[in-house]
Amino acid sequence: MNAHLDYVLHLADTTLVLAQRNSEWCGHGPILEQDIAITNISLDLLGQARNYYQHAASLINTANPNAQADEDSLAYLRDEREFKNPLLVELEKGDWAKTTLRQFLFSVFQDLQLKRLLHSTDTQIAAIAEKSLKETAYHIAWSSEWVIRLGDGTPESHSRMVTALNEVWEFTGGLFVPAPYELQLAGTIAADVSQLEKPWTETVSNVLEEATLSLPGKTFMQQSGKTGIHTEAMGYILAEMQSLKRSLPTATW
Amino acid sequence: MQIQIKKFYYGDIPEEKSSAPSTPVTRDEHEWPLWEVFIRSKQGLDHKHVGSLHATDAEMAIKNARDVYTRRQEGISIWVVESKNLHASNPDDAAMLYDPAADKIYRHPSFYNLPEEVKHM
Repeated sequence: MNAHLDYVLHLADTTLVLAQRNSEWCGHGPILEQDIAITNISLDLLGQARNYYQHAASLINTANPNAQADEDSLAYLRDEREFKNPLLVELEKGDWAKTTLRQFLFSVFQDLQLKRLLHSTDTQIAAIAEKSLKETAYHIAWSSEWVIRLGDGTPESHSRMVTALNEVWEFTGGLFVPAPYELQLAGTIAADVSQLEKPWTETVSNVLEEATLSLPGKTFMQQSGKTGIHTEAMGYILAEMQSLKRSLPTATW
Repeated sequence: MQIQIKKFYYGDIPEEKSSAPSTPVTRDEHEWPLWEVFIRSKQGLDHKHVGSLHATDAEMAIKNARDVYTRRQEGISIWVVESKNLHASNPDDAAMLYDPAADKIYRHPSFYNLPEEVKHM
């Protein structure tokens, strides 16, 4: 039961933190149309996060009727060490190259993961996966176009993509290292992420090649996010995201 | 570098009747081209003009149109065309173009006798 809850929270935290990161572009996009595009993606991810948090809350409340958990308490009242998102999604948004590259690397992973979650023995997860896959397909199309456009663009856009790739790459490996709760549930409730690295690398290297970028070689990979150990960027996200709810717990829209 | 564009966007046709603007629109080369967007709704058979947006090419224009104009399920099909490829009639020519049709009511089909067999016309 604990592994099950941890896994749903892992899926929820991952989508929430990336939604929060992308939402930082709201009002600051490079052009109006792309400002709307990135915030649409942010809203897609936030919608997925809400579905997972609601599911997690019902798991908690079923096990303990006095718990009174809900999506807000799970998003706003948990501390950094309780968040189970991989490190990739918490990295600072950086410039447009870094944001679109990170989105691309994540979306290709998410697409592979969700396709396996269609067969999850938790039918709620399977249903959320089915709904999310259509969104993810668009996120891949949108972000891969940007990676190609900037990578194969001007000298400046190319060098920004190279910098972004160097900054982000060491945080991709953690996606494919299962956390203990994933290992326990792999093949039943959870997807076996260790199998996703090969197809992920294939898709990513195809796009990078088209973008005239080279796939970084084998390097040290950071792995800790899913077990609750985060980068220094994480505290800032939570501070910004949670401070209102924590200082004014009864505030409503 | 500044490039000059001799182009009227709809609604921007100046007072003078001349086809060339007296003060050409200048545009920074970093600004992306303007595109007109047409959306077909679920019920409709035709694509209707909904607005315009900026994009670097047609593919991006369609994606931008999806993000800007179909967020509330407005449509199931998108057309885009670069604004410079649209040519508009001049509102000043309205009298010449449209008024002559006003007294030619015989162009409406209501004056023709239909055979009995043709119903529901």
